[in-house]
Amino acid sequence: MEKVKVEGLNAYFSNIHALKGINISIKEKKVTAIIGPSGCGKSTFIRCINRLHEVVPHAKVSGRILFDGKDIYSSAIDPIEIRRRIGMVFQRPNPFPVLSIYDNVAAGLKLNGMKRKDDLDEIVEKTLKMAALWDEVKNKLNASGVSLSGGQQQRLCIARTLAVKPEVILFDEPCSALDPISTAKIEELIFQLKENYTIIIVTHNMQQAARVSDYTSFFLLGELVEFGKTQDIFTAPKDKRTEAYITGRFG
Amino acid sequence: MNIYKRRKIINAFMCSATFICATITLLPLISIFIYVLSKGASSLNISFFTHLPRPVGEPGGGMGNAILGTLTLIGLTCLWAIPVGVLSGVYLAEFGNNKFGAVVRFSADLLNGVPSIVIGIFAYILFVVPMKTFSALSGAFALGLIMIPTVMRTTEEILLLVPRTIREAALALGISQFRMTISIVLKTALPGIVTGILLAIARIAGETAPLLFTALGNEFWQRGIMQPIAAMPLQIFAYAISPFDDWHRQAWAASFVLITIIFLMNFISRLVIYLQRKSLKAK
Repeated sequence: MEKVKVEGLNAYFSNIHALKGINISIKEKKVTAIIGPSGCGKSTFIRCINRLHEVVPHAKVSGRILFDGKDIYSSAIDPIEIRRRIGMVFQRPNPFPVLSIYDNVAAGLKLNGMKRKDDLDEIVEKTLKMAALWDEVKNKLNASGVSLSGGQQQRLCIARTLAVKPEVILFDEPCSALDPISTAKIEELIFQLKENYTIIIVTHNMQQAARVSDYTSFFLLGELVEFGKTQDIFTAPKDKRTEAYITGRFG
Repeated sequence: MNIYKRRKIINAFMCSATFICATITLLPLISIFIYVLSKGASSLNISFFTHLPRPVGEPGGGMGNAILGTLTLIGLTCLWAIPVGVLSGVYLAEFGNNKFGAVVRFSADLLNGVPSIVIGIFAYILFVVPMKTFSALSGAFALGLIMIPTVMRTTEEILLLVPRTIREAALALGISQFRMTISIVLKTALPGIVTGILLAIARIAGETAPLLFTALGNEFWQRGIMQPIAAMPLQIFAYAISPFDDWHRQAWAASFVLITIIFLMNFISRLVIYLQRKSLKAK
């Protein structure tokens, strides 16, 4: 089953053509990794999927992204609804500094009008457990979100994303600011999450792509060079450029 | 003399020059405070804060009405200047990346430079003339025009300091731009905005010129915002230019109280920042 289908996607920053005619189809409840050298458009690509690209001044998008068969760029669609159903975890952990750990997780719900304390308590506990952070923070839910370590902050951000019950989760190099132990924890988490969520992960780390993903796509200079099962991409790439990148000859 | 030695001497000279200049900026404040303290503190007593001024020749009396009047004027001003200032600052920071925003920004900076006496005359023509009475309301209008540009520009600057990653995190959770601005961005920037407001209040608390044509001053307790109202700077002005020693002493005492209020405002605003930072670190 395909969850997200991208058709002829172009993205621009004023007059820079950042993504050129991307076609890709993302399978439901699988992990799709996006690899490629810096500046190839990986982050821009996933930011188009939750309509966050257009928030940047002078950024533009053309083409279609079908989410459950509906074009998210059609004028009938509210980007706020899209962002609720397609969550995102950023490169650097970015908890809200003035909110407590509890409120960080509850923010997406509270600020969308959910008020019942019991429900919130339940969701906060559940999502913190899913993010494997509950045991570490259960006694200090009122402490500031930024008092945690980097790896904990990133898991807090994952819990925050899970709390709004998205169907797809976009990870934008979620481990690039973390040490190997925190990285392992996040990877394990992604592995568990794919049972229930469709996951797209941008990564600089090819071992990481090989470890966590079912499908891999290779981007270069704003174009999609190759897309296929992770196993195939890493063992028998069809394109010479993919092979060169994977074997470390550039990038 | 070799080049290194010469450089060392020039270096020492320039470093001392910066230190001396820094000290020069410190001196006026300290000397004003000491002078006002020595002249004014002796005339301070309970009745200064609670009583009305007495006629010339009669000893005693106070400035209770002027103190209350200044507080009333500040309150009235804040009532309209804080919402307008903060919200226009939010507009500039969040949506003001366009021609209109640039115009607003430029006008605010110009308004900030308009002499306060001119603002007083403007408020006189706009409020006092049609209403046919001097009033606290017109005074609050004039003070607001002085306060708004400051509040607006500090709000804008503080909001722009909130990192984009925080805004994007909120948007990515499906939070609307309005809720994001109110509950995340403004909340994050709150201590800075409060500081800006307190500093602006400290500024208007001592303004005299805009009140001359609007609030006018009043020898008695105030009777509503549509009537003339006493204010400390006005009282100081009236007493200081009078020929009576007793009034001079009162003026010094009032100056001392006014300066103390402004100092306290500054102190509180810094305390707010300090406590906020500390509470975030301690948790």
